[in-house]
Amino acid sequence: MARTITYREAINEALAQEMARDPSVVVMGEDNAGGAGSPGEEDAWGGVLGVTKGLYHQFPGRVLDTPISESAFIGAAVGAATSGLRPVAELMFIDFMGVCFDQIFNQAAKFRYMFGGKAVTPVVVRTMYGAGLRAAAQHSQALYPIFTHIPGLKVVVPSSPYEAKGLLIQSIRDDDPVIFCEHKAMYDTTGEVPEESYTIPFGEANLAREGGDVTIVAIGRMVSVAMEAAGELASSGVEAEVIDPRTTSPLDTDTILESVEGTGRLVVVDEATPRCNLATDVSATVAQEAFGSLLAPIQMVTAPHTPVPFSDALEDAYIPDAQKVVNAAKAVTEWER
Amino acid sequence: MADARIARVTMPKWGLSMTSGKITEWLVEEGDEVQEGAELAEIDTDKIVGTLEAAAAGVVRRIIAGTDSSAPVGATIAVLAPAEVPDADVDQVVAEAEEQLASGEVEEPAGPVVATVEVEGRAIAYATMGEGDEVVVLVHGYGGDKNSWLFVQEPLSRTRTVHAIDLPGHGASGKDVGDGSLDTLAATVLGFMDAVGVGRAHLVGHSLGGAAVTAVAAAAPDRVSALTLVSPAGFGQVDASYLRGFAEAGSRRELRPHLGKLFADEGQVNRQLVDDLLRYKRLDGVDTALQTLLGTLLDGDEQAIDAAALLATVEVPVVVVWGRADQVLAPADASDLGRAELRLVDDAGHMAHMEQPHAVVDAVEATGRKEDG
Repeated sequence: MARTITYREAINEALAQEMARDPSVVVMGEDNAGGAGSPGEEDAWGGVLGVTKGLYHQFPGRVLDTPISESAFIGAAVGAATSGLRPVAELMFIDFMGVCFDQIFNQAAKFRYMFGGKAVTPVVVRTMYGAGLRAAAQHSQALYPIFTHIPGLKVVVPSSPYEAKGLLIQSIRDDDPVIFCEHKAMYDTTGEVPEESYTIPFGEANLAREGGDVTIVAIGRMVSVAMEAAGELASSGVEAEVIDPRTTSPLDTDTILESVEGTGRLVVVDEATPRCNLATDVSATVAQEAFGSLLAPIQMVTAPHTPVPFSDALEDAYIPDAQKVVNAAKAVTEWER
Repeated sequence: MADARIARVTMPKWGLSMTSGKITEWLVEEGDEVQEGAELAEIDTDKIVGTLEAAAAGVVRRIIAGTDSSAPVGATIAVLAPAEVPDADVDQVVAEAEEQLASGEVEEPAGPVVATVEVEGRAIAYATMGEGDEVVVLVHGYGGDKNSWLFVQEPLSRTRTVHAIDLPGHGASGKDVGDGSLDTLAATVLGFMDAVGVGRAHLVGHSLGGAAVTAVAAAAPDRVSALTLVSPAGFGQVDASYLRGFAEAGSRRELRPHLGKLFADEGQVNRQLVDDLLRYKRLDGVDTALQTLLGTLLDGDEQAIDAAALLATVEVPVVVVWGRADQVLAPADASDLGRAELRLVDDAGHMAHMEQPHAVVDAVEATGRKEDG
């Protein structure tokens, strides 16, 4: 039975159900229990934004508080994964991933390949990304393209509570390292989510909306922006098809190509900065594989190539919004040679 | 007070999740005189396009929500009244309705009441509509759920208590199907009746559910007052590739072509239907349930269930409804159906209760009348 819950609750429920199902699942990270200014385990925080709240007492000994040393605890999680556990490590902000790149890029991502498939690394790194919370340059980036670039990692960017739960369960059951990117401004968004456990396979895009005039590919928080734009476009007679790839690696290029073959027009919306991101990746694939179907140049709607600004007004201008998507869709639908 | 002879045609609530509907086509014009049960409009619920029928006779005095407009469930979309009701009275009702539509403050009619009971250790979910001494229990088919009766449950509930259940492994019921045998499914239906205190009921079953309710009638004749079967399993030829394909499909791309076989018009398969089924199929336990039930349905490429033998022992009135264009289970020969009346339905495939719901409603009512006679 489905009911309406938040993105935060959906993630928490996925963790709780998998921990109940499989004793090898453990959760580790900063401030899962205690945290700055709190008396300790009794008011277990459940991470900086409370996503793992309640698990500490529900699963004694399986929710581990870690020192503020990402290289140490991500390394520990990767090692634990190779030796039989299924750790879900919470690396608070994706912006901090830099201090443990070696553990992720050079260790976790490589074991399966370097050891002839004999080692598996079923680790999930949950992390927050995205702008909009006035958290400035070091806590607001959309860095999922960096992980997408590395073979051996799977990269998940859920756009709704339904997606978050099913994709997290799939991430935990998957035998490869997964970077699970949660948009920090989405935790309170709500949606229908089944009570039961379920999975969503990686590399399968969700057709969020059908339409024949223009294909809009968007991921994570940008899916709701694209849907809002599609609603506005519909009122002016332009029917947009909205595709949410759900995972950037693997990427469901088939669904995107099939859609563009039908519409002939493509807009890609990406909260990441514009160089070597999902927008360029999808655009290049479509230009290479479906050039003959294109009726207009591809439009990319992304953040500008700058750090996320501290100023509220500049941050608002930085994030792609529905109006920018509408403008891009109109540019491609009204384009004439 | 508005004239009691003025009947509001409202946006129906077809299923739990429906909050609004879009009128894709009006089948009547202002000034037309219609009988009760006449087809008024085609309405798109996101799940499927259904036909709204007149709940009362009268003249179509005003169409308030035009073609291609959407209205919330419960909103007045047209007004019926006998010709002698003055225009001024009709205008007043229309004005109220237009105001409601504009403000969006529409009182939603009570939809089905949803609950769960425990039957032999399994949670069985069901939805109940209507009140009445006559009790109808609707039992869906393989891979379906209680919502598949969305167009049938509401009209039947006007004078009856109508329960639609989720079989084990389906909908919101527990996903453990045990051995998945026809006996287990039949015991579930009986156990459900026990749990909600129904002594005797008119059972309506579709496909696998049709075989299940036939098994109930054979095993417990005193509990069943009549049977209406819609494309029941266990008679004649089956398209085994459909059943296996449905069970195995793991993606939208794989599932969609199979679903086309369910309907006379493949266009009935929309994105929402495919997505809803995929969401169901991805719940833990569903894969095992569907595979187990596949063993109940198929013996090689043939049907494993012999419903004709079960039906031969049934003495209550039986009407069988079958879409002429059913590609999943070919319509049975009348000779296999014994004394049961066979009603073949035009423009319907395997899902007559969704494609031509009035034919199924008519059949249920006809079966009920035989019981009285």
